[in-house]
Amino acid sequence: MTYLNKQLQIIYLKLILSYKKTLCNFNATLSTLTHSPPVPQVPSATMPVSLLWAVDVYGRVYSLSTAGQQWEQCRDAQMEFKRVTAAQQCCWGIACDNNIYLNVHASDLPVRYQEETYENQRWNPVDGFSDRLLPSDRWQLSDVTGLQHQPLDNFRLPSSSWEWEGDWYVDENFEGEPTEKEGWSYAIDFPATYTKDKKWNSCVRRRRWLRYRRYKAMDTWAKIPSQQTTLPDPFSDISCGGWEINEEPRGRLSLWAVSLQGKVWFRRGVNSHNPCGSGWISMVGEMIMINVGLNDQVLAIGSEDRAVYFRQGVTSSELSGKTWKVISVPRDGDRSHSSASAHSLQSAGCYFCGEVRAQSLVSDVESDTEKGSTDGASCIITSSSPESFVDAPTEHSDQPIETPKSRIPKVTSDSFISELVSDRGPGKTSREVRSAGPAVLEEETIPLEGEVKAPDVGVSLSPSQSVGPLDPQWSNVDLEEAQGQQAQTGAVVDTADTSSLSSVATFTLAMEDPYGVDEHPMWAWVSGGGCSVDSHTQLNWFNCSMNTSSMVQSVQSMSLSVTPAQTAAWRKQIFEQLSERTKREMDNFRHYEQAIEQSVWVKKGTMQWWRDWKPHKWIDVHFALEQFSGPEGNKDGILFIYYNFYEEKKYLHAFVNEVTILVPVLNDSKHSFAIYTPERTKQRWPIRLSAATELEMHDWLALLSVSCCDSRGIQGPPSKQAIWSITCKGDIFVSEPSLSLEAMPYPTPCDQMFWRQVGGHLRVVECNSIGIVWGIGYDHTAWVYTGGYGGGFFQGLASSTDNIYTQVDVKNVYIYENQRWNPVTGYTNRGLPTDRYMWSDASGLHECTKTNMKPPSPHWTWVSDWTIDYSVSGGTDKEGWQYAADFPASYHGHKTMKDFVRRRRWARKCKLTTTGPWQEVPPIPLSDVTILPCAAQSSVDVVPLWAISNKGDVLCRLGVTALTPAGSSWLHVGTDQPFKSISIGAASQVWAIARDGSAFYRGSVSSQSPAGDCWYHIPSPSKQKLKQVSVGRTSVYTVDENGNLWYRQGVTPSYPQGSSWEHISNNVRKVSAGPLDQVWIIADKVQGSHSLSCGTVCHRLGVQPLEPKGQSWDYGIGGGWDHITVRGNSMEPPRVHLPSLTERTPLPVRNTEINSSAVGC
Amino acid sequence: MADDKDVLRDVWFGRIPTCFTLNQDEVTEREAEPYYLLLPRVSYLPLVTDKVKKHFLKVMKAEDVEEMWLEYEGTPLKWHYPIGVLFDLHASNTVLPWSITVHFKNFPDRDLLHCTSNSVIEAHFMSSIKEADALKHKSQVVNDMQKKDHKQLWMGLQNDKFDQFWAINRKLMEYPTEEGGFRYIPFRIYQTMSDRPFIQKLFRPVSPEGNVHTLGDLLKEMYPAALPNDGEQKRYQVVIHGIEPLLETPLQWLSEHLSHPDNFLHICVIPTPTD
Repeated sequence: MTYLNKQLQIIYLKLILSYKKTLCNFNATLSTLTHSPPVPQVPSATMPVSLLWAVDVYGRVYSLSTAGQQWEQCRDAQMEFKRVTAAQQCCWGIACDNNIYLNVHASDLPVRYQEETYENQRWNPVDGFSDRLLPSDRWQLSDVTGLQHQPLDNFRLPSSSWEWEGDWYVDENFEGEPTEKEGWSYAIDFPATYTKDKKWNSCVRRRRWLRYRRYKAMDTWAKIPSQQTTLPDPFSDISCGGWEINEEPRGRLSLWAVSLQGKVWFRRGVNSHNPCGSGWISMVGEMIMINVGLNDQVLAIGSEDRAVYFRQGVTSSELSGKTWKVISVPRDGDRSHSSASAHSLQSAGCYFCGEVRAQSLVSDVESDTEKGSTDGASCIITSSSPESFVDAPTEHSDQPIETPKSRIPKVTSDSFISELVSDRGPGKTSREVRSAGPAVLEEETIPLEGEVKAPDVGVSLSPSQSVGPLDPQWSNVDLEEAQGQQAQTGAVVDTADTSSLSSVATFTLAMEDPYGVDEHPMWAWVSGGGCSVDSHTQLNWFNCSMNTSSMVQSVQSMSLSVTPAQTAAWRKQIFEQLSERTKREMDNFRHYEQAIEQSVWVKKGTMQWWRDWKPHKWIDVHFALEQFSGPEGNKDGILFIYYNFYEEKKYLHAFVNEVTILVPVLNDSKHSFAIYTPERTKQRWPIRLSAATELEMHDWLALLSVSCCDSRGIQGPPSKQAIWSITCKGDIFVSEPSLSLEAMPYPTPCDQMFWRQVGGHLRVVECNSIGIVWGIGYDHTAWVYTGGYGGGFFQGLASSTDNIYTQVDVKNVYIYENQRWNPVTGYTNRGLPTDRYMWSDASGLHECTKTNMKPPSPHWTWVSDWTIDYSVSGGTDKEGWQYAADFPASYHGHKTMKDFVRRRRWARKCKLTTTGPWQEVPPIPLSDVTILPCAAQSSVDVVPLWAISNKGDVLCRLGVTALTPAGSSWLHVGTDQPFKSISIGAASQVWAIARDGSAFYRGSVSSQSPAGDCWYHIPSPSKQKLKQVSVGRTSVYTVDENGNLWYRQGVTPSYPQGSSWEHISNNVRKVSAGPLDQVWIIADKVQGSHSLSCGTVCHRLGVQPLEPKGQSWDYGIGGGWDHITVRGNSMEPPRVHLPSLTERTPLPVRNTEINSSAVGC
Repeated sequence: MADDKDVLRDVWFGRIPTCFTLNQDEVTEREAEPYYLLLPRVSYLPLVTDKVKKHFLKVMKAEDVEEMWLEYEGTPLKWHYPIGVLFDLHASNTVLPWSITVHFKNFPDRDLLHCTSNSVIEAHFMSSIKEADALKHKSQVVNDMQKKDHKQLWMGLQNDKFDQFWAINRKLMEYPTEEGGFRYIPFRIYQTMSDRPFIQKLFRPVSPEGNVHTLGDLLKEMYPAALPNDGEQKRYQVVIHGIEPLLETPLQWLSEHLSHPDNFLHICVIPTPTD
C-alpha cells in the first residue's frame, strides 16, 4: 500500500515537473514576444499573481495586482516618485530626492546571502593542529584563496536593509559529505588538495565558517546609496531588464540609469542573493533615456545627437556590454520625416494631455506652484520620521540619511516628452547663441546636435515665450529650470535644494520643422523589449562591416536595399569613364611590355594530408602554393604537397588552373578541405588537406580560391547563366557554364566544370536565366540572391561588401535511444551483446549520447536542449517510441506482440550564423520554390515564381522582376492536400507533387492568369510515390521516393498533361531540367576508380529536340552533393562544334549501376 | 551592377602606354631605339623605369652617364608626382603613346628633386600616407600599424600587388560610422598654369549641416575658376585618374575609391582642349 502510494507520488511529481517545464518554456516565449512580466513558474489553475506598477502625477506609486481590481497605493511611500521600473520580484524607482530606491516584494523565499570564511590550522609536534601557522602561511581566518584576512567579526551588514539570520557556524560538510570531524578537511600544505580524512602526511587543515544574512527591507522602499559625493547629478531615467540573458535564478537583472547630465550608470551585481546590487559602474556615452529589454537589448537615446544607440556586446558574462553603437538606418519615406516626427510627438503629448493642458497657461502655473508649496509643507511634517525610510549606507558619516523632502506635486509630472521638447524648442535660439559666441567649442561638435544643457535652457525658456494661437501648446517641467523659475515666481520652496523644481515653462513646438529636411532623425523614446538580438549576429542597423571595432570599413557601407547612391548618375559615369579609359589607354597597347615584372610568389605552410595509399590516414605534410604570371599576364600557380614516403622525400603537385573545386569539409575534429581536379573527380578521391586551425583553413581556402579564379579569369558575381549547387553541408557553389556545355555531340565534360563557393547556407537553390535566384535554408527560411559575391570566409577583396548580409540557419541533430524487451523488466536499455549502442545514430553503428554528441561543426552552436521527436516517419507512441521486431527493421508507432525492440528519436536544434549574398524573404517558411526558367523581355517584366510553404500550401509570388527579385507578396493557390514539390516550365506549365506522392498539373497558367485555374491529378508511376518534379522547356521529369527518375511521355502543347511515365534511371536523388531541356541530376552510388560516391552531379548526354530523354550520363563533381539547378543556363550551344584539342572526345563509360540502368532505357 | 571594388581594381591597374626616346643631344655609340612600356598610373617614374635606363645605357658610354631624368615636351617630369598625375596634367588629350624624352645629363636641379635610390621614393611615399592619415584620422590608423604593415603597403606598390596593398590600405580607408567620413579629405589640386605646385587645404567630407560635400563643393571653395559659369563654355577639365567625375560625386567616395596609393586624391585641373 505504502509502496503504491510512493509510486503515485513519484508519478505525480514527474507530472508536475514536466508541466512546469512546458509552462516555463511557454512563459519564456510569451514574455519575449509581448514583453509582459514573467509569471511565477508554479503550476496552478489560476494565473499567478503579478503586479503592474504606476506613478500618478503627484508622484504617488500604485500597484495593480493581476488578481486585484483596484490600484493599491504603496504603503510607505511618504515621498513622491518620478519614475519606476519593475521586475517580477521587485520595483526600482527614482524618487523626487533624485535617489534610486528599491522595493523588493515579500515572498516565501527569503533573499539570503551566504558569507563564508575559512579557518586554517597547521600541525606541529608540540600542539598537534593549532592556529599557530608558519610566517609564510595564510591568515588564521581567511577567504578561500588565503589571500584575504577575514576574521569573523570583520563581516558587516552591507546596509540596514540586511539582518543576520543567526550566528556563525562551522560547515560540517565537505564537498557534500558529512565530515563528522568538526568540518575539518586536510591537506599536505596550503594550498593543496583537501581531503575529508586525516592522513599521515596531513600537515594543515581548514574548515569553513558560514553565516547567512537576509534581506529584510521587503515591501518597502530602500534607498540605494549614491556614489556621487562630489557633483550632484540627479538620476533622470532608470530601466531594468535582462533577466533572460542567462539561466541564473530569478533576481538577477540588469539595471541601467541615466543622470540628468546624460551620464549612464550600470548597477553591478544585482542577483538573487543581492537584490540591491553592489555598486554603480559609470559608462561612456551621454544619454537622455535608456531602455532595457528582457534579454540583452539595451537601447538608449544620445543626449547630444538624439540618435538611437544599441549597446553592443551585452552578454551573460559581460552584462554591461562593450560599446554604444548608433543605429543609423534611414526611415521609410525619410523625406517626410519631419512632419511624421512632429505627429508622433503630438500623439505622445496627447497621452499626457491631462497635465499638459492644465499647465499650458502661465497663470495656472503660478497657482499650481503655490499650491505645491503648501502641499510640500504639509508633506514635510508627515515625512519627518526618517526611520520609516530604510536606508542603506553603512558609512553613515558621508552618507547621512536624508529626510526625503516633499516636493511640489506638479514636479513629478515632468514627462520625458516635455523634457525633450524643451530641448527641441529652443534649438533655434541656441543656435543663434552659438553662432554669436566667439568660441568654437571643439572641432568635432556639430552645431545642430541640440545638446542644450538644461541650465542653459532655463534661461532661454520663459513662460513669456509666445504661444501661437494655432500651434499646439507644450508645457515643460524641468528639474534644473527650477531656480530661474523660482526666482521669477517668487515661490521659494527649498532654495538650498538644487534638485527641487517648481518651474513650468510653456512654449511652442512649431509645426514647421525647425530643422532641414535632410536632418538626421531626432528620437524621443525607444523601447527594445520586443526586439531580440543575438550577441553574435551582425545587425544591418549599423553601417559596419565584419569588424567590430568602432572604425568601419566603408569601401561600401552595408545598405538595406539598393540605395539611390548606387544607381546615382555620378557612379554610373565613373564606371563608364573607367571602362572608356581602359579602351583608350590600354586596349591598343596590350603588346607593350609591363613596367613591373610579376615575380613568382610563394606561400608555404604545414598541413595534414589524407594520404592516397593504404592504410589511409592523416600525415603531416608541407604545403606550398607558387603563383606566377603567365605569358599573357594571367596569373597561374602550382600547389605542392611535400611528404615522406618510407623516409624518402616526395611531393605531389597540382596546377591551379586544373583545380575544379575547393570544398570545405568541416567536422568537429578536423578543419579540412578537399581539392578536386578532373582526374581526382574521376577517381572520386580528392586531395584532402587539414589545417591546424579553422582560421588557417579559411586563409588557405580564400587564397587558393582567389588563385583558382585568377587563373581562370573569373571575378565578381556569378553570371545569370550560372549553375548553382549545394552540398549536403549546405555550402553553395556556382559554376559558369561554357558555351559548349550542352553542345552536341561533344559537350564539355562535366568533371572539367569549375565550381566556386558563394557565402551562405542553404538547402535548396533555384534560379532562372535572368539572374533571379532564390534559396531555402534548413530552417525553411526563404532567401533571395542579392547579386553579390563572397561572404562566408571570403574576406576583403574576394568578397563584395555591398549585398552581403548575415544569414542564420537552424537545423536539427538527431540521435536514437534504443531499447530491448525482456520478460522480467520489460523494455530496458540493456540490449543483447550483439545489439547496437543503446544511444546511437540512425544506423546504430555509432554511439551517440546526449552528452557526447557535438554540433556538426564548430560553426554550429546548440540553441535548444534535447527533446523527443514525435515527427518520425512511421509514427510514434505518446512517449515517442517506435517499435520493431528487431534492429534494424521497419518501425511502427504502436507496440505489438511481435515487437522486441523499440527506439525513439531525440532532436536538438543547432544554429549557424554566416554571411552571404542573401536577403531574407519573410515571413512564410518554404519547402520548395521554382522560377520560370526562360528569359524575360525586360527587367521590369513580371517573372512567375511558385513555391510550397513549409505546411504544404502552394503559393505564387507576385511582383518578381529582374530588378525586384524578392517580389512583393504571396498569392495562395488552393489545393485539396498539402504539396511538397513544384516546378514551372518555360511555357508556364506548372507541375507539382502532393504529399501523397501523386503529381498534379495546373491548368491555364499564363501571364494573364498567373495562378492558373485548376489542378489536374496525374497518377504516379505504379506503386511509386513521387517526391520531386522539374519541368524544362518541354520535358517533365520526376523523382520518386525510391530514387527512380521518370520522364513524362506524350506531353504536347494541346495535351500538356502527357500520357505516361517512362523510367529513365535509378539511384537518383534530385533532378533539374533547364530551359534547353537539359537534364542534370544528383545521383547516388557513382563508382569512381578509387571510391564510391553518393550525391554526385550528373549530366544527361544526348538530349536533342527529337530525343529529349537523352542517352547516357556524364559524371561531375561529388559526392556529398544535395542539390543542383541548371535553370539559369539558356545559352544555346553553337550549332557546329569543332572539338578542341583539350577536350577528350569519347566519354569514358563507367561501370555503375546508374549507367547500366540508364543505358537500358 | 558593377561593384565599387571594381573601381579600386581599375584605378590600380590603370596603365599608360609610353614611348621613351633618348634626347638628341646625348652622345651615343650607336642609334638608340625607342623603348615602349606600359607605365602604372599609380606608381612613380623611378620605380618603373629601370628597364628604360638599362635599355639606353647599352648605347652609351659610361662616362657620359649622369642621373637619369625624364622630360615631356620641354617640361621636366617630377618623379615625386604619381605617373598618372603627370600624364593627366601635361599630356591629356594627346596622341598615345605618351612620348617621354630620356636625359642623362644637365639634370634640372631647379625643377626636380634628386632620386638616388628607391628608398628615397619609399620615404616620400610613406610620408604622404602618414600625412593623409593625419588628415583623415589624426594619424591614429597609421600609428597603430606595425612596421611590417607599412612595408607591405610599399612592397605592394613596388611590386604591383593589388591584394597585398589593399589588405592593409583598407584600414586607412575606414572611418567611424557616426562621422560619415574622414576628418578631412586628403586632396591636392594641380593646375598647369600656375607657379604654385598644388592646392592643399583642410576640407571636410560633410558640411556642418550634415550635408555630403561633393567634388563641386570642393572646387567651389578651392578653385572656383575651375567651375564653368552658367551658360558659358566649359573652360577647364577636372581630371582624376584620366576620367572626369561628375561634380556631384561625393568627395568621401572619391577619397575612398579614386585616391592614389599615397592616400591623396590628386585632382588635375587642365584647360579644355580647343579642337
